[in-house]
Amino acid sequence: MQPFTFRRPADLSEASALLAAEGAVALGGGMSLLPVLKQRLAAHAMLVDLSRLPPLQGISATDGVLYVGAGTTHADVAASPVVAGTIPALAALAGGIGDPQVRNRGTLGGVLANADPAADYPAAVLALGAEVVTDRRAIPADAFFRGLFLTALEPGEIITGVRFPVPAAAGYAKFRSPASRYAIVGVFVARGAGGVRVAVTGAASSVFRVPQMERALDAAFTRDALAGLTVPPEGLNGDIHAEPSFRAHLVGVMARRAVAAALA
Amino acid sequence: MGLSITLTINGVPRSLMLDDPRVTLLDLLRERLDLTGTKKGCDRGQCGACTVLADGRRINACLALAVSLDGADILTIEGAADGDTLHPVQVAFIAHDGLQCGFCTPGQIMSAIDLIREGQAGDDPERVREAMSGNLCRCGAYAGITAAVLDAQRRMRADDDAAQQEKQAA
Ligand SMILES: Cc1cc2nc3c(=O)[nH]c(=O)nc-3n(C[C@H](O)[C@H](O)[C@H](O)COP(=O)(O)OP(=O)(O)OC[C@H]3O[C@@H](n4cnc5c(N)ncnc54)[C@H](O)[C@@H]3O)c2cc1C
Ligand code: FES
Ligand code: FES
Repeated sequence: MQPFTFRRPADLSEASALLAAEGAVALGGGMSLLPVLKQRLAAHAMLVDLSRLPPLQGISATDGVLYVGAGTTHADVAASPVVAGTIPALAALAGGIGDPQVRNRGTLGGVLANADPAADYPAAVLALGAEVVTDRRAIPADAFFRGLFLTALEPGEIITGVRFPVPAAAGYAKFRSPASRYAIVGVFVARGAGGVRVAVTGAASSVFRVPQMERALDAAFTRDALAGLTVPPEGLNGDIHAEPSFRAHLVGVMARRAVAAALA
Repeated sequence: MGLSITLTINGVPRSLMLDDPRVTLLDLLRERLDLTGTKKGCDRGQCGACTVLADGRRINACLALAVSLDGADILTIEGAADGDTLHPVQVAFIAHDGLQCGFCTPGQIMSAIDLIREGQAGDDPERVREAMSGNLCRCGAYAGITAAVLDAQRRMRADDDAAQQEKQAA
């Protein structure tokens, strides 16, 4: 790691002020940032520790919206009765991220800011039509993810939480890497007030929706409605785990499993 | 500029002066406090050899900046036993040959202690394997590890029940 200074702000306004400085970067659970710093893929002059910042903590549900603070760990989302009572598919997703050690430190805000193409949460955020709340504004999911490790966040902008509209039904299925548990392909399906949304992670450079599947599921929310449907392999990721054509096939399989999970 | 932090390590409160914020909890334990039971395998969160409990929860010490854990209660393998009496998980690892070279073992044991506290895996070996998936074993002692975790869990539950009954009888 290259040298950096370390600051732990006491409140959100101090955090925002610190992060306005050139070279300052937020530290969440450190599960992605520390490996990157150790491999010297990045260097930052200052780390601003948000991991225990009070306004980023907490889970609550009111008026059909589940709010999860950005500093909430994956383990806390997985174990939360409030999440289980509103969007159980989200609790299940969080409980399937990495391993217990990673889940005890990694945070929702860290995953979203990082925008790893194989991360799980982006599929839920996009399929549920959630809003990413920052210290400056609320960003709709459809405008948040911009590409490979790329989001709509401005320099120094802090994610404070996410507002998830509670759907009538939702399910997530992933074909995971046996080593890291990252999604080789993960599909989140949600049937909400505005219709069905289907979001795919792991398959391309960024999470994306599949309108053709959404239309089919709007007509009939059943596994069979997706029979024969998938996405074209062009532009999908290819690596040692899966070539593009296999990923395309997996999108269809995981989408059907996600619908089955939503109906279970 | 020095950073002063306090950590409770294996029950002993310690005030520590760090000369650099880059010091991870793992390097603090091994290089500065001579607690070398916690191992460094990959140093990037993938193997679990560095697993310790922070405020009762298992974490990878290699991915935690010590300064970020200021105030935390840390338990390492050196603090697992009660004096000369081994922790039931340690006893079970020996009884079931849950190790070969032993390099991954401190991390496996700390992880297993927290798995049993979580109480989510039950008696299902597949769920135990999944709940231990953050701890790799290059020697492939997984069969013994799973048996040891299940056995330790049974014994600890039986001990808890016995203690409960004693309390009720008294
Ligand atoms: C072995 C291993 C396996 C994993 N497996 C999976 C998996 O299966 N699925 C999965 O989805 N993920 C997986 N992860 C990643 C994990 O979920 C991380 O928790 C996550 O990517 C980063 O979260 P963090 O809180 O640790 O953030 P950090 O690593 O601290 O930060 C990541 C980035 O987000 C920024 N950031 C952090 N918090 C905020 C905030 N509140 N506002 C703005 N920016 C912020 C940081 O500046 C940094 O750029 C794995 C990680 C490891 C080490
Ligand atoms: S050394 Fe920490 S996980 Fe491998
Ligand atoms: S006993 Fe050798 S790595 Fe596990």
